[in-house]
Amino acid sequence: MIFAPDEDLICAIATPPGQGGIGVVRLSGRGAKELSERLCGKPLQPRRAVYCEFRHAGEPLDDGLALWFPAPNSFTGEEVVELQGHGGPVVQQRVLTALCNGGARLARPGEFSERAFHNGKLDLAQAEGIADLIASTSVAAARAALNTLQGAFSNRVSDLTKALVELRVQLEAAIDFPDEDIEILEHAGVAGKLQELSALLEQSISSADQGRLLNNGIQVALIGAPNVGKSSLLNALVGEDAAIVTDIPGTTRDLLKVDLLIDGLPIRLVDTAGIRSSQDQVEQHGVARAKAQITAVDLVLLVVPAPEFDGASVQGQIAELQAFAREQGGPPPKILVVVNKMDLAPAPVDLQFANVAVSALTGKGLETLRESLHQQVGFGHDNIEFTARARHVEALQAAAQHVQDAQLGLDQGLAVELVAEELTHAQHHLGSITGELTADDLLGKIFSEFCIGK
Amino acid sequence: MRYPEQFDVLVIGGGHAGTEAAAAAARMGARTLLLTQNIETIGQMSCNPAIGGIGKSHLVAEIDALDGVMARATDQAGIHFRVLNSSKGPAVRAVRAQADRALYKHAVRNILEHQENLSIFQQSVVDLIVEGDRVVGCKTQMDLDFFAATVVLTTGTFLDGKIHIGQDQHPGGRAGDAPSSALAKRLRALPFRVGRLKTGTPPRIDGRSVDFSELEQQPGDDPRPVMSAMGTRRQHPAQTVCHITYTNETTHQIIRDNLQRSAMYSGAIEGVGPRYCPSIEDKVVRFAEKTQHQIFIEPEGLSTTELYPNGISTSLPFDVQMAFVRSMAGFANAHISRPGYAIEYDYFDPRDLSYSLQTKALQGLFFAGQINGTTGYEEAAAQGLLAGINAARKVQGLDFWEPRRDEAYIGVLVDDLINLGTTEPYRMFTSRAEFRLRLRQDNADQRLTPTGIEMGVVAAPRQRFYEQKMRNIATLKKDFAGNCIMPGSDLDHKLQLSLRKETTLLDALRRPEVCAATVANALKLDTEDERSMTVLRQLETETKYAGYIKRQDDEIAKIRRHEAMQIPPQLDYSSIDGLSNELRQKLLQQRPDSLARAARIPGMTPAALSILLIHAKKAASF
Repeated sequence: MIFAPDEDLICAIATPPGQGGIGVVRLSGRGAKELSERLCGKPLQPRRAVYCEFRHAGEPLDDGLALWFPAPNSFTGEEVVELQGHGGPVVQQRVLTALCNGGARLARPGEFSERAFHNGKLDLAQAEGIADLIASTSVAAARAALNTLQGAFSNRVSDLTKALVELRVQLEAAIDFPDEDIEILEHAGVAGKLQELSALLEQSISSADQGRLLNNGIQVALIGAPNVGKSSLLNALVGEDAAIVTDIPGTTRDLLKVDLLIDGLPIRLVDTAGIRSSQDQVEQHGVARAKAQITAVDLVLLVVPAPEFDGASVQGQIAELQAFAREQGGPPPKILVVVNKMDLAPAPVDLQFANVAVSALTGKGLETLRESLHQQVGFGHDNIEFTARARHVEALQAAAQHVQDAQLGLDQGLAVELVAEELTHAQHHLGSITGELTADDLLGKIFSEFCIGK
Repeated sequence: MRYPEQFDVLVIGGGHAGTEAAAAAARMGARTLLLTQNIETIGQMSCNPAIGGIGKSHLVAEIDALDGVMARATDQAGIHFRVLNSSKGPAVRAVRAQADRALYKHAVRNILEHQENLSIFQQSVVDLIVEGDRVVGCKTQMDLDFFAATVVLTTGTFLDGKIHIGQDQHPGGRAGDAPSSALAKRLRALPFRVGRLKTGTPPRIDGRSVDFSELEQQPGDDPRPVMSAMGTRRQHPAQTVCHITYTNETTHQIIRDNLQRSAMYSGAIEGVGPRYCPSIEDKVVRFAEKTQHQIFIEPEGLSTTELYPNGISTSLPFDVQMAFVRSMAGFANAHISRPGYAIEYDYFDPRDLSYSLQTKALQGLFFAGQINGTTGYEEAAAQGLLAGINAARKVQGLDFWEPRRDEAYIGVLVDDLINLGTTEPYRMFTSRAEFRLRLRQDNADQRLTPTGIEMGVVAAPRQRFYEQKMRNIATLKKDFAGNCIMPGSDLDHKLQLSLRKETTLLDALRRPEVCAATVANALKLDTEDERSMTVLRQLETETKYAGYIKRQDDEIAKIRRHEAMQIPPQLDYSSIDGLSNELRQKLLQQRPDSLARAARIPGMTPAALSILLIHAKKAASF
């Protein structure tokens, strides 16, 4: 029998690599059940765990449970069998080899999700939610990723799209059927709806942005003059000696990156070479890399020492960082001044810029710094509804921009066709989140809502 | 008998598609024969006596830009002109004209009879002559065989037409005309998918029996627009007014009481009707909460008292038609001069056509007009023009002309039809055109006339006219760019600019509050001079829309890159992993020739597109 190619049988180890109590091998595609039954030596029941010995060519490989999910009621929408054996690279590899000998092939990375997507089990945002769930580094992230998987984000986008389409139906009906005595929203009505939509979009952007932070984490760069204690601060935050700390200025010559989790927020901390003019070529290179970080990260921690503190000089450094970002064509950097070494001198007061006073040596003020990190990037980990990716946030922002342009156009008395144009673009951006390419039946909605026709 | 003369292009049908097809092919130098059942009905308006409207006048302008018939005939026959959507923006602005049926027909016939290379012959066609996979001619009722390199079939609603009035039904192509049943039977034997559609007309009323004092009057616009870019008001015949009346609860009750006697509601009709042009019984049922429906009373012409009440098309029996017509204000004593009816007809699934409107199954055979599932004179004419041009190009051994969605409404129309097919009579709306800001009526000539000149379908007078217009725009633009307004100057005040620094007139025109009319007044230009106002308005639109057009240009560039990404015709979709079965079916059926066209298939996803891209690239590298 020849199988339709998109249902060819694929298999993969579904549990993480390494040793574990249980290891699951998953099979999807037509023939999954038949092949599994040969391996198990007994018939499988739909959605029932069947205990059996996995054998190949007469030789026992492992024993465990086999679970059969008939199509289309499975994760991929195809026939799926899960073989739950013992977790161990060798054991599982042997099961896989047996399956491949039996006609299956190894799945490409993400192929199970891809099939689920193609079979309408998941939309694009949901499929990405799965990847997020698997890769999630915290409980909160896992919970939010699960919500995305279950469609929380897609539902939000679809609500937004619905509101947008409703407005477009009004505008397009007014444009294409000017003769009809149909009741079309007046200017004020359209303006009100646009306002609502705009607010809803803003709210979604901030939710999605939170989801993005939770999912991707943030990048934070430690920047400052040599020997102000950047590496000590990094070690203090990480809680171990990740960076080499000496009293010799310029010890850190290249970027040092450390991943840590601070109260649910994944952070990649980048220690940089102290910025000073140096004759040492290696160090010069390090300084250039440090500067490049300014536009690449979400937050810059500008570290200054409490002894010999000089407010004007700090202002100067901030201005310099901003100027540098401008040169690079990047957005203005978010900067938090960290006054270090407060064990040696009192913390300065009445500063004109965001600041935290700490001692990397004693650990004083570190808790405040951790909280500030959350605040600075606007991360409130209490009620994050779903995970999102940077592209989702961008798409929502683009949609919001078009809705705002539509509002502006309406206020300025621009032609309705231009307002309608902005909304079309807005819908296009929303559609890119869930992967809907083709326009929906706008005319169909017009005909069902309005009595059109002469 | 074999007709002694061999033709390049045979056009079957003398409606709006047929006349444009025949005229276009002949303009391009092809020896063309128009075959019609009845020469007297060439250019007949079978439905309401109006040309243009939203989306439709855009098509008319495009036909005009290619030197077609429709706009010219409308200017000779129009008795009531209006600009629609005048405040909603230049892209959706449209012209609609009520036409005198007799004058319109006369104008069309006159144009055809003066067209070089074009002959007309009256005879019903009963069969196509096919050799292998190509059509070579047709056979008429009296066994006369005509041979030609190409055949354009534009048979409208005549293919197996069936007319319904209440429970009565009889074969007919239009009230008073026989259907083409023999040809329909033959065509059904060819490898085309056939469907059934329906449309309807209202009962016509004798104006002498109507009390106009009870109706709202709707005069034409002043200043009066023209339909053709080359048209003038002096061409227009005498002008008249339209009227508006309304249905009421009594009307609706009469209809509700007799629904079971309607051909549509009794199940006698299998065809699907247009949602935007429902019968009055449909409106009463589907929008039960509405207490009245607006009815436009259109004059049929200057030399007749007959009226066309637009909005009450029906398949109810005659006695019910009489009762509900007489329930409307002003119609208490109305005399129906022709009963309303619904008509069912065959159409061919347009997905069996290619972009040129040539059928995929038979070389040299083109379909245009209602036969492809469209409705409307303008949609039919646009297809006729395209089919005529391509039939002539085939004879000339040239590549087909396939206008794109971002170039013309004709492109949108054909692209929609051949890719998506249709389940109801297809009508053009501006919302179908994603690039509608570019596809304006005012720039139809800029979009298409140069191509038309190149293809030889545009005659010398229009070419000169077009080139003059382009020179005028260029001159005006230069003037405006070089003309500075000083702060506090007279012009500053007149345009209410409150300038802070000197600004060119062109930049001032960019502002939303500055429009062509205020500029014309401030500069003391002659606002009555329609041609120079057209040029000024166009400069205004181009200036104000530059940003939007740029954005669309970027999008189009992206699409073109995708279009350049050709999908080999032999691509084996069944061997491609990762496509859903549904999508694979659609791809197998439609075989898009480029990634851009694949992207337009309903249900297409970005993931599937990227898979296609990879396979297309792989296949191309062999």
